[in-house]
Amino acid sequence: MNDVVLIVLLTLVGAAGTAVVMTNSPERQAVTLGMFGVLLSLLFLALQAPDVALSQLAVGTAFVPLMVMLTIRKIRGGRQ
Amino acid sequence: MNRSTRYVLFFTGGALIAVLYVWGVVGMPSFGSHDHPYRDRAVHASVAHATPNVVSSVNFDQRGFDTLGEETIFFASVVGAAALLRPSKEEREQHAANRDNLLQVLASTRLLGYVLLPLTLLVGFDVVAHGHLTPGGGFQGGVVLATGLHVLYVAGRYDALDRLRPVTVFEHGEVTGALAFVGLGFAGLAVSGSFLANVIPFGTFGSFLSAGTIDLFNFAVGIEISCGVVVLLAHFFEQAIVLRGNPQARS
Repeated sequence: MNDVVLIVLLTLVGAAGTAVVMTNSPERQAVTLGMFGVLLSLLFLALQAPDVALSQLAVGTAFVPLMVMLTIRKIRGGRQ
Repeated sequence: MNRSTRYVLFFTGGALIAVLYVWGVVGMPSFGSHDHPYRDRAVHASVAHATPNVVSSVNFDQRGFDTLGEETIFFASVVGAAALLRPSKEEREQHAANRDNLLQVLASTRLLGYVLLPLTLLVGFDVVAHGHLTPGGGFQGGVVLATGLHVLYVAGRYDALDRLRPVTVFEHGEVTGALAFVGLGFAGLAVSGSFLANVIPFGTFGSFLSAGTIDLFNFAVGIEISCGVVVLLAHFFEQAIVLRGNPQARS
């Protein structure tokens, strides 16, 4: 049972990671990066590392995408 | 440095890292096995200091010096980012009334923001305060606290967020948290003769007031990280929303 969960989550993390790389526009990439972060923290949880899962959830799904979006907004605003 | 020198440097460094990586992985215990000598010692040391969360025990008791290094890296990177993001000569602050109206959000999003703000802050405090008992601690709770505050931005209230976080206060908070960590280290040195030693009585296993200095370290780190993340994001927000100017004018 545990192996199935790990295999499914590892596959999803791999797919999501590929999706982040394949996303062309940076603002959409911030969203796929957030999804990737959620899946990664689920994987950490399944691997019995809740501390790391919590760090990943807080940093990877909220903090980093927010910084990316703000940076994009600054760059786009500067062009006008 | 020309192109071919860079290639040589990259491939030499890359090959060395690949060798070290494979060497390290081959020596690891196999995945999912039951034989973990380091885990057994870490759990034993953690239980001896009445700390149910072994990760916190490793971070702040058994390996406090490593964590001090990590806190210093975080501190330095916030200072570095703040220095990079300071307003340039071409940029000027625009008045609140002139800021763009992209902050108009759906009423349901705004309501969700108002509901989530106190909940997220509460979860953040809880994660910091119980770091020695349950998963989490100063770092995780600090990031939750800082990002929780920014739910106000998602709710379209940048003005409220701006009033709620005077940046200088949080800059002082970050320094205070970092100094508190070092101060706790020196307190251990003064009492027991070793830096970062856990010198407070350990108390009962599992109760709130237990695990000695670990919870104090969690609070110090929680203050430093939450304030540092707020300061960092404040500089990003200042660049994205408050300042207008042409950053490409110089290039």
